[in-house]
Amino acid sequence: MTAATVTTQDARITLRGHVRHTGALIRRNLLWIRQDPESMFDALLMPVVFTLLFVYVFGGSIGQALGGGQDGYVQYVIPGMIAMMSMTLSQGVGTGFSQDFNSGVMDRFRSLPIGRGSVLFAKISVELVRMLFATTVLMIVAVLVGFDIANWPGVFAAVALSTAFASSIMWVFLTLGVILKNAQSVQAMGFLVLFPLQFGSSIFAPTASMPGWLQTFTDYNPLSTLADAARGLMVGGPVAHDLWVTLGWSVAITAVMAPVAIHKFRTKN
Amino acid sequence: MTRIDKNPGGSEVAVTVRGLVKHYGETKALDGVDLDVREGTVMGVLGPNGAGKTTLVRILSTLLAPDAGQATVAGYDVVRQPRQLRRVIGLTGQYASVDEKLPGWENLYMIGRLLDLPRKDARARADELLERFSLTEAAKRPAATYSGGMRRRLDLAASMIGRPQVLFLDEPTTGLDPRTRNEVWDEVKRMVGDGVTVLLTTQYMEEAEQLASELTVVDRGKVIANGGIEELKAKVGGRTLRVRPADPVQLRPLARSIDELGITGLATTTVDTEGGAVLVPILSDEQLTAVVGAVTARGITLASISTELPSLDEVFLSLTGHRASAPQDAVPADDRQEVAV
Repeated sequence: MTAATVTTQDARITLRGHVRHTGALIRRNLLWIRQDPESMFDALLMPVVFTLLFVYVFGGSIGQALGGGQDGYVQYVIPGMIAMMSMTLSQGVGTGFSQDFNSGVMDRFRSLPIGRGSVLFAKISVELVRMLFATTVLMIVAVLVGFDIANWPGVFAAVALSTAFASSIMWVFLTLGVILKNAQSVQAMGFLVLFPLQFGSSIFAPTASMPGWLQTFTDYNPLSTLADAARGLMVGGPVAHDLWVTLGWSVAITAVMAPVAIHKFRTKN
Repeated sequence: MTRIDKNPGGSEVAVTVRGLVKHYGETKALDGVDLDVREGTVMGVLGPNGAGKTTLVRILSTLLAPDAGQATVAGYDVVRQPRQLRRVIGLTGQYASVDEKLPGWENLYMIGRLLDLPRKDARARADELLERFSLTEAAKRPAATYSGGMRRRLDLAASMIGRPQVLFLDEPTTGLDPRTRNEVWDEVKRMVGDGVTVLLTTQYMEEAEQLASELTVVDRGKVIANGGIEELKAKVGGRTLRVRPADPVQLRPLARSIDELGITGLATTTVDTEGGAVLVPILSDEQLTAVVGAVTARGITLASISTELPSLDEVFLSLTGHRASAPQDAVPADDRQEVAV
């Protein structure tokens, strides 16, 4: 048994090796964007379309109820948008992964002496880059529709928090990308997960007027706590509780789903 | 770590497979396969669709875990030492496994980096292999714009980056047109010339004869025959010689003169009036020479002589007495080699 143990250690991939492999795969995913700039359209258009939609279509009436009119609603909904985008764009990681599996290039990766996690980490890193791009677009649109950035450090803190949450939720979509047959199923399944989480939350409207059973759901919905924490950080108000709950969710989701995703990836036939 | 196989005499075993079993639910993809590939040789694994060829390659390249049995590649166990094993193998799948969105050069560079080559070496290796596989001009274009043959060549180049000891080629020419197939064969022959051990799966007897020195015939997850190509060909009934006289009037006299030689393969000499040719089953090159000699002696002018290999179905029929288990692709139209006369 000693011999076998020694061999295993010989083959162990060093930290530098992991970084090198992940780097090579990140380069691959970035080159995809260069080859196919249209793949950035969703990251570019989503923040624009959703901001305009919510501010100008729903903003007036929800704002009235909030007591601040449309301008008040802008202050309310923009932090929520950051939370929403972290979810919606995370989904791309699953569809992209599913396409990889159906193209055969994954067989190549899995027959190479690299850590199984490298492929997944690279995918997540590039998706986070896309997300930061979308967030930048969002903030520009936000300012144009009248969002008042009073607290820059708060904005950065909110973006950092939503990025942390997104990187945890990406493990869920990666798992879907590995176990589902094709990108369409991943998208359909992703939509089923996303839709109730996004709308059953405090992202777009305060939850106070919702029925009790729904409020119970929204209270535990990490997108509500993320949106509320972002709101607190960007425009002021209580932060600590929502911040900790969101971070708790992020850690818990990563702790459960990252091993599941890596395991499913490793054992996929 | 000492490795037992480290090429002292060149006749060591590079791939060992013992009692390998893999089920997919009720289906037995592999049902106790044994196989040895000696270092520096090309083993052809011949069988119809669904015979278990791809499953075998996937297990040997650590993409799939076997249910039972053992397999080692270059001395490394597929189950216990996958990482070491992955360092010494190259894999070219049935479907080109390159990143289609990336340019050819980027594909090779990426794999070089994943194989821990320093940046400079990865660059040099990518340039070198593109040159060698005649892809330099297409280096900067996304692989998606490549023709089928170019893509397959890029795939082969990708599997050569790490200078593998053992190369797995899973149906390397399936779906390619005859000309492109020849290109890929030439490349594989060059790789073999470099001393790489190759395990090749194929549905085509002709491909096996072109590339492999030894053959394992599989059907329904079991090995039904193995041995040297010549040996198996003899078992199967060798080749059929198609002799076409320049003047169709000469067909009968030609058939008679060949008959007089008394050559008996597994079948008798027949005349294909429609094709204007005499078909002679032969078992050896000597018999081929004898036929040519007889024709020359009679002074008959020939338009062409070609040899036809037995189709996979004929191989199966002679080896097992039944037809190949799964419906198979038609044997490619140019499965004969024209010999200028």
